[in-house]
Amino acid sequence: MTSSTLSEPQRHLEAQIRWQPVEIAFWLATLLPFVLAPNYLVLASQIAITALFALSLDLILGYAGIVSLGHAAYFGFGSYTAGLIAKWGWGEPLTGLAAAAVAAGLLGYATSFIIARFRHLALIMITLGLGLLLAEAANSASWLTGGADGLQGVRMWKLFGAFQFDLYGTTAYTYSLAVLFLAFLLARRLINSPFGLALRGIRENAIRMPAIGASNPAHIRKVYTIAAIMAGIAGGLLAQTTETVSLETLSFARSADVLVILILGGAGRLYGGLVGAVIYMVARDQFSGINPQYWYFWIGTLLIAVVLFLPNGVLGGLTRLTRLVRSAA
Amino acid sequence: MIASAFGVLFDGFAYGMLLFLLSVGLSVTLGMMNFVNLAHCSFAMLGGFVTVTLTNDLGWPFLASLPLAFLSAALVSIGFERVLYRRLYGASDLDQCLLTIGIVFVSVAVAAYLYGTIQQPVNLPSYLRGSVSIMGQSLGVYRLFLIGVSIVITAVLVVALEFTRFGAQVRAAVDNQRMARGLGIDVDRVFAVTFALGSGLAGLGGALAIEIVGLDHAFAFTYLIYVLIVVAVGGLGSIAGSFVAASLLGISDMAGKYYFPELGAFLIYFVMVALLMWRPVGLFGRR
Repeated sequence: MTSSTLSEPQRHLEAQIRWQPVEIAFWLATLLPFVLAPNYLVLASQIAITALFALSLDLILGYAGIVSLGHAAYFGFGSYTAGLIAKWGWGEPLTGLAAAAVAAGLLGYATSFIIARFRHLALIMITLGLGLLLAEAANSASWLTGGADGLQGVRMWKLFGAFQFDLYGTTAYTYSLAVLFLAFLLARRLINSPFGLALRGIRENAIRMPAIGASNPAHIRKVYTIAAIMAGIAGGLLAQTTETVSLETLSFARSADVLVILILGGAGRLYGGLVGAVIYMVARDQFSGINPQYWYFWIGTLLIAVVLFLPNGVLGGLTRLTRLVRSAA
Repeated sequence: MIASAFGVLFDGFAYGMLLFLLSVGLSVTLGMMNFVNLAHCSFAMLGGFVTVTLTNDLGWPFLASLPLAFLSAALVSIGFERVLYRRLYGASDLDQCLLTIGIVFVSVAVAAYLYGTIQQPVNLPSYLRGSVSIMGQSLGVYRLFLIGVSIVITAVLVVALEFTRFGAQVRAAVDNQRMARGLGIDVDRVFAVTFALGSGLAGLGGALAIEIVGLDHAFAFTYLIYVLIVVAVGGLGSIAGSFVAASLLGISDMAGKYYFPELGAFLIYFVMVALLMWRPVGLFGRR
């Protein structure tokens, strides 16, 4: 098909799907920690996992406009699934991760029927409630989850039977980064498809969408399940690379953190969650060394500043800046 | 177990009244402006710390510190409303959530900086301590005091809302903000006053809460969830709804902790989700 026969929306999608030089530069830069900061690979793998988690939230919040205060439910569910399978004697990482994805996806699919019915405050409260419900359930079922002590005795086998998860995090970072990249490709494809356009339509005007013949609940269920799968994979990665699972993976604090990360980077842009995760995790690593107590003071200030002055996050600000520079030149 | 049922009911009701004081302001302001103020409990925490400072460090009597807890929370909230909240009235739920979560983070860190991370003690006067025996039941004096204060405040609120000019303006603004503006009601001013009153009540609730649930730097977070449950279940802008929801929540939480301690808070979260799914606008909500 030549470009002249393409319709206007198709041409728009075609233009979106082309790789920009800055994107290629970004992904090449993710390889830098191997060379520049080999002592920080453990942190780098944590960043990759957080970025994947933020990316999954971006799909539902940034694109479909579903505000969730309980997204950690899927992260933690995937985390416990991967952790428990390894604990019960099957330490193969890839199948463990697949199991985490399936489990979180099923949970996501089940809850998506609830999510698709509500909006606004009721939706925020229900996501919050479901997250808290799962966290409490895990806390109560300490025979299964280890309760407040966390899940002990997770032993991973070598990746592909060859690469040991070591203390330096080389395997962990390579593994997490590869999974993040694959998930990113999938998300990128998804967003630049007619389905992605429909999601943006729901975000912009949920009432007009059914009027043009698009069913909101079906789209929301689909994207919510996909986001849950991704969050479950991120949780599974965390369980496998750290070889432990704590109740914190299900906590409200983790849901709030990932929201902050996404907003900081810029919601509704694929790279928002990734950039936010890098800034947030590096800053936390640096600040917490000085005074861990007061970390939240700076995060809170940052959040207020972003909402008031940078409505589209760091990436939105950068876009505006480059536009200003270009128009001045 | 049977004999203690009344005790559980009583303690739960007292606890519910505390939740009512903490949440009623948020319910009314949310109903009026649709502003999702997650920092409501930060004002409650402020009231708590004012009382702790006044009674422990400056030697004020407990009762005298309560009006100041109310006033300080109300005054500080006016400042926040003017400087920060006002800019976001037309903004999305998400932006409002984020701004106010940011305020919660900052307030928690400031409280930890000023007071440390320990539980704050409070010195109750002797006439509020101990318990009295009524019809063979031993009832905590402080809890009776709490219920009394809450019922008086509820009565004042209901009377003020139903029978005063200002109350009529508030009700009009909650029912239909645009229509109220069209009739010449200065909704922004009404909102600012209501917001200050609501935050003041939260401050009072925070001060009264110290004896029952304790006070530490994380108060703004811990009780945020309870307050949101009361508001969401009771329905926006409804004092009666908040009262019923807070009583229900207080009693069921206390009963859950007493009879099914292994379930923890599971029960109340479950009740909240189920209620919201059944009635997304809350028990008494109209929209």
